[in-house]
Amino acid sequence: MATAEQVAKEAEQSDVRARWLLSAPALLIILVAATGPLLIVLVYSFLTPGPYGDVKWQFSPEAWVSVFMERDIFDDTLSLAAAHITIFWRSIKLAVVTTIATLALGFPTAYFMATRSEKTRDIWLFLITIPFWTNLLIRTFAVLQIIRNEGIINTLLIKAGIVSAPVQILFTDTAILVGMAYVYLPLMVLPIYASMEKLDFRLVEAGYDLYANRFQVLRRIIFPLVKPGVIAGSILVFIPAIGAYVTPVVLGGGKNMMLSNLIELQFGQGRNWPLGSALSIAVMIIVMVALLAYVRNAGRTEVRHG
Amino acid sequence: MNWKTAATAMALTLLASTSVVRADGVLNIYNWGNYTSPDVIKKFEQKYNVKVTITDYDSNDTALAKVRQGGTGFDIAVPSQTFVPIWIKEGLLLETDPGKMENFKNVAPEWANPEFDPGRKYSVPWAWGTIGVVVNTDAYKGPADSWGIIFNTPDELKGKVNVVPEMNDVIFAAIKYLGGQQCTDDKAILKKVRDTLVAAKPNWIAMEYNTIEKMGAGDFKATSDWNGSALRQRLANPAIHYNYPKEGFGLWSDNVVVLKEAKNVENAKLFQNFIMDPENAAGLSAFHRYANAITGSEKYMPADMKDAPEVVIPADAKPRGEFQRMCAPEVQDIYTKIWTELQK
Repeated sequence: MATAEQVAKEAEQSDVRARWLLSAPALLIILVAATGPLLIVLVYSFLTPGPYGDVKWQFSPEAWVSVFMERDIFDDTLSLAAAHITIFWRSIKLAVVTTIATLALGFPTAYFMATRSEKTRDIWLFLITIPFWTNLLIRTFAVLQIIRNEGIINTLLIKAGIVSAPVQILFTDTAILVGMAYVYLPLMVLPIYASMEKLDFRLVEAGYDLYANRFQVLRRIIFPLVKPGVIAGSILVFIPAIGAYVTPVVLGGGKNMMLSNLIELQFGQGRNWPLGSALSIAVMIIVMVALLAYVRNAGRTEVRHG
Repeated sequence: MNWKTAATAMALTLLASTSVVRADGVLNIYNWGNYTSPDVIKKFEQKYNVKVTITDYDSNDTALAKVRQGGTGFDIAVPSQTFVPIWIKEGLLLETDPGKMENFKNVAPEWANPEFDPGRKYSVPWAWGTIGVVVNTDAYKGPADSWGIIFNTPDELKGKVNVVPEMNDVIFAAIKYLGGQQCTDDKAILKKVRDTLVAAKPNWIAMEYNTIEKMGAGDFKATSDWNGSALRQRLANPAIHYNYPKEGFGLWSDNVVVLKEAKNVENAKLFQNFIMDPENAAGLSAFHRYANAITGSEKYMPADMKDAPEVVIPADAKPRGEFQRMCAPEVQDIYTKIWTELQK
């Protein structure tokens, strides 16, 4: 006869088994659909490029070398890959600036939304999510229509007599930033709003009662409490921004490559799949390092309250 | 007779009258986007009672990579002449021997035996064209028959020039501009190519494909472009002119081939033969706005294309046209590096 202990143990074992079985489909999908392709990319980055695209099954570290170093086309000397570094740096800079811009716009927006009455909040939330109904490419082209030389802004400026010739906004860095900020703004607003909605505004009142000025209240009370939302929003904006492809091409005119364009070139006209794979993995590593640094930094200064 | 039997009888008569040659089934075409005339396809479907599907690609490299993976289900593809030899060499094509097909007699002599497919063992001409310089004459009145518009931009056009970002085309043009031969591995010339491109870029406003719309809207005042695209721009704005650069310009052609893995080989062959018919070839041209290589198609061509300077190369410019080839992988590698440096 089984003792009570044995029964309990068996029950626990079957419970564990059931859990594993139940989570097996999810695990399988994660392993096969997420890790699988990544492994292929990793393997490809160590192979030799085929003459017209594809790869030859022959080990070569050349791709990884050329991520960071380049052989001069003309005198064969090896030096730091200035072109790649310029392009990496441009993408990182754009992602950081986009994150800052969406934060600057998104934080007040979320605050405004969270301080409305409960009924109207839903309307604001609804308005923020409307752009998600439309494809990213179409939203980008909408921005193009607004800022192009014969677009709405320039037509209005000229009609109002403020300028005589159209202001060149399209195909500039400003255009890219405007487009990126517009496209990614909801991804910043929504997580901040989610944090802000839970904020106990009695704490704000308490702050005022204790003679804190507005800025102190914002910095010492509101901001620390919605910090998780700010972190989540920044991550949600930063990651896709660093791989942005469509928006810089459409609004920037494609003259200056972004990381994603550089990678695309290797798989298309460049016919260097291993280099494309190595660059993709390099980007992943950069994003991961940046995130770890950011999250750790942000998590360090914990604020106690309540 | 009730309505059902009437309908069946009508359908049967219709079927009997349309299907002169019975070839029921499907045909799956893999072609460049916005390139296949729906009217011609409809005609083919009705004539042979075949259901045609069309899938788009956006570059030769994409098409090649996808077909090489296999299992695409496509019967027909339309690679450019630079890529046809690779498709042949990789064993991706079925030798359908179009040279022996009924309508082959219509193929213009200069297209009957091209270098990229000697004897036309695999391919049938779909369209051909040139790559030149398009200028809006409202913005620039000077001589424009030179790659100098792009590589040494005159003051009036500075900051208003677009370059279509086809790496091979741009570098071909730059080599011609500097007096070199295409696919050269002469480092002295290639170095000049790089320096010329890097020095020219600040005068460009963009590197985009979307020229028809942007030249029309005035965002660009000049661009490097394909001739058919230039024709559509001129039809929208008569001030826009297409120029054949005096330093030499590139010729290209796209060609219909049948894949080795095709499941509907008979329909694919019928299609190859079908588009060599003058009327059908003209129908294709009317849609994609490029010339075809079929003699006798002139009389079916739309009026605005018959004498269009974009389609009919002027006699004095003709000798300057040169077929672009695929360069050796080592040279291609240098091209990519120059290109990366240009766009960094």
